[in-house]
Amino acid sequence: MYCLRAHLVMPIRTGAQIIWECLVHEGVQTVFGYPGGAILPTYDAMLDYPIHHVLVRHEQGATHMADGYARAGGGVGVAIATSGPGATNMVTGIATAMMDSSPMVCITGQVPSKMIGYDAFQETDISGIALPITKHSYLITAVEDIMPAIKEAFHLAKSGRPGPVLVDITKDAQQASIEWEWDPAPVKIRGYRANAPVVKTDLIKAEALIRAAKRPVILAGQGVIQSGATREVLAFAERIGSPIAMTLLGLGGVPASHRLNLGMMGMHGEAWVNHAIQEADLLLAFGMRFDDRVTGNLKTYAPTAKKIHIDVDASEINKNVAADVGIVGDLRETLKDLLDFIKPADHSAWVAHINSMKGDAAVRDIQALPDTGHLYAAHVINDIWRITEGKAVVVTDVGQHQMWEAQYYHHDSPRSLITSGGLGTMGFAVPAAIGAKMARPEAEVWAIVGDGGFQMTQAELSTAAQEGVKVNIAIINNGYLGMVRQWQEFFYDRRYAATPLRSPDFLKIADAHGLSGFRVESRGQVNDTVQRARAAEGTVIIDFRVEQEDSVYPMVPAGADLDAMIRRPDNSVLAETGADKN
Amino acid sequence: MHHTLIALVEDKPGVLNRVASLFRRRNFNIESLTVGRTAEEGVSRMTIVIDTDPAGAQRVGAYLNKLVDVLQVEELVAGVAVARDLALVKVTVGGHDKASLLRVVDETRAHIVDTGEQSMTLEITGEPPHVDAVIARLKPLGIIEMVRTGQVAMRRGDTALSATQYS
Repeated sequence: MYCLRAHLVMPIRTGAQIIWECLVHEGVQTVFGYPGGAILPTYDAMLDYPIHHVLVRHEQGATHMADGYARAGGGVGVAIATSGPGATNMVTGIATAMMDSSPMVCITGQVPSKMIGYDAFQETDISGIALPITKHSYLITAVEDIMPAIKEAFHLAKSGRPGPVLVDITKDAQQASIEWEWDPAPVKIRGYRANAPVVKTDLIKAEALIRAAKRPVILAGQGVIQSGATREVLAFAERIGSPIAMTLLGLGGVPASHRLNLGMMGMHGEAWVNHAIQEADLLLAFGMRFDDRVTGNLKTYAPTAKKIHIDVDASEINKNVAADVGIVGDLRETLKDLLDFIKPADHSAWVAHINSMKGDAAVRDIQALPDTGHLYAAHVINDIWRITEGKAVVVTDVGQHQMWEAQYYHHDSPRSLITSGGLGTMGFAVPAAIGAKMARPEAEVWAIVGDGGFQMTQAELSTAAQEGVKVNIAIINNGYLGMVRQWQEFFYDRRYAATPLRSPDFLKIADAHGLSGFRVESRGQVNDTVQRARAAEGTVIIDFRVEQEDSVYPMVPAGADLDAMIRRPDNSVLAETGADKN
Repeated sequence: MHHTLIALVEDKPGVLNRVASLFRRRNFNIESLTVGRTAEEGVSRMTIVIDTDPAGAQRVGAYLNKLVDVLQVEELVAGVAVARDLALVKVTVGGHDKASLLRVVDETRAHIVDTGEQSMTLEITGEPPHVDAVIARLKPLGIIEMVRTGQVAMRRGDTALSATQYS
């Protein structure tokens, strides 16, 4: 009898082993983490599995790396931490991923199940803390629940509107053993549907609005990238001759060099884009969510436009802007279906009208401006674009440098810009760039970061050095928390409260990590230094000492009408031209 | 304006927290929330009453649907739904008040569920406005303790809301 049974018995696995088995089955090759008491059984088991673990210097770094890894590579990023402070350090990174719909699975150790609720050492309710900033969260206290939770976590993280999922696993569940084997059955969660089937009557209604439109504008968001809809968006735009405006996170989803791509919309978008949106009679929102940074005052937003809103997340339809036609579904599939109904149209007069609003500033051709001896961030970023032939993966923080990057680095391919848009997280760029490089080792990766944000997570330089990854870090160093300073200049009477920033010698920081560092103080040095940095081995830092009180223009003040932009003053070296000021 | 939403949810630990957290995070005020079992194994039912405009109610429905543990969401339309609220009200019985109290009980279909030496506990069941009205009549007589369940509600007619209807 026992002989008969022997070959039916499944191998014995600990919970810790099951975690790694599941990760291997999910195709995970790299994880980012930091060990500690409650996750120790899992770290012990790690050595027996073919997964590369990147030891970070702070758990926030692990989450940003996993996020950057996911956004650059298109897969799911995985971050691991222990209970208590290890888990709470992840909060900013999880919230960042949530706001930007980045697929991530965070695995945390938890104190043994019998100690939960007794304020044990390093106990914290991370599944409760993470509840409003995750797509879903799990607290796992039994070994047999580990595989279902991890399988569901990956399914939830990457399907539908992607997002972070937290799986908190008690130490005793990691230590316990069961007979176990991988269950290859697809995940079914009865309360979850990733995609709704497209309703044909909605497509017919949309077609009627598209046919009637004289001044359409496509608003392309990150959904274009996440659903892989670049080709479909372009086919649609070309079919009806519609111009395309980009959100920050959408940049790269449609090539910047395409004749119908107008550039970025919103608070620091191009003036002609915002004017075009305000004058449009039809907005086609493709995988974007009408964030306050792109709409300005909702009461006066695109007042003459009908709105067709396509999004995979039903709760985005009618959230900020009422849709005349709302279609819930995967953008690529929806556009494929919609294209069957759409007849060619000609809106060349409308496009010509928008082009006439561009004036001389259309090309943002700052290369042609004379070298005045000053170093402007715009020059630096535009030069990096030119030197890298627009082919780098650029990762930014939040603030002035982020907006200049969006304006002066022209992205032609999806997943070539990785930036903290929704949460606006300082300290994102350096770790996310490390993650991006690990996802795409063949790519040239640049982190463009301010002097403030760099210092928030500069400890991860150590991680980059230990891993031997090459990330080119451009610090746009203006000696201020620049965007906050700009708001103080515009709205607080230049009272610079807590924005002047003294920094350490970044070259010595680089040197301390055994990395190369360069300093650039004039425009003439940019080209050679960028080339040297690219050629240097390993991660490099370039300290760009840029103009201190430069501002990002144009600017729609928060809550103002979208076409009520603050324009660059005439006396500036980077003055916008007269034609651009209508 | 009050809107009544029904949510069928997984009968799992933490689900009430997820729902309540959603309302707090999205800045909606819950008027009442009741949870209980359904006839379906593993499925609980919440009746949630919120004070918001129709667009707000639509948003809440969409947010609830996004929760992985929420199986079905439906907004009940007044007039085509049956709604009930239950209150237990302890009222002082001081001499001359007793006759007035018994008259209220008689006229409002309230039930006396307990009597003490100086108090009487009444059970009032009905549509929420009915319960409100009875409580208003009891107030001058001296309410010393009160509890309400919050509203539960269901569609009228033969159709039913089920966790399995779409799966």
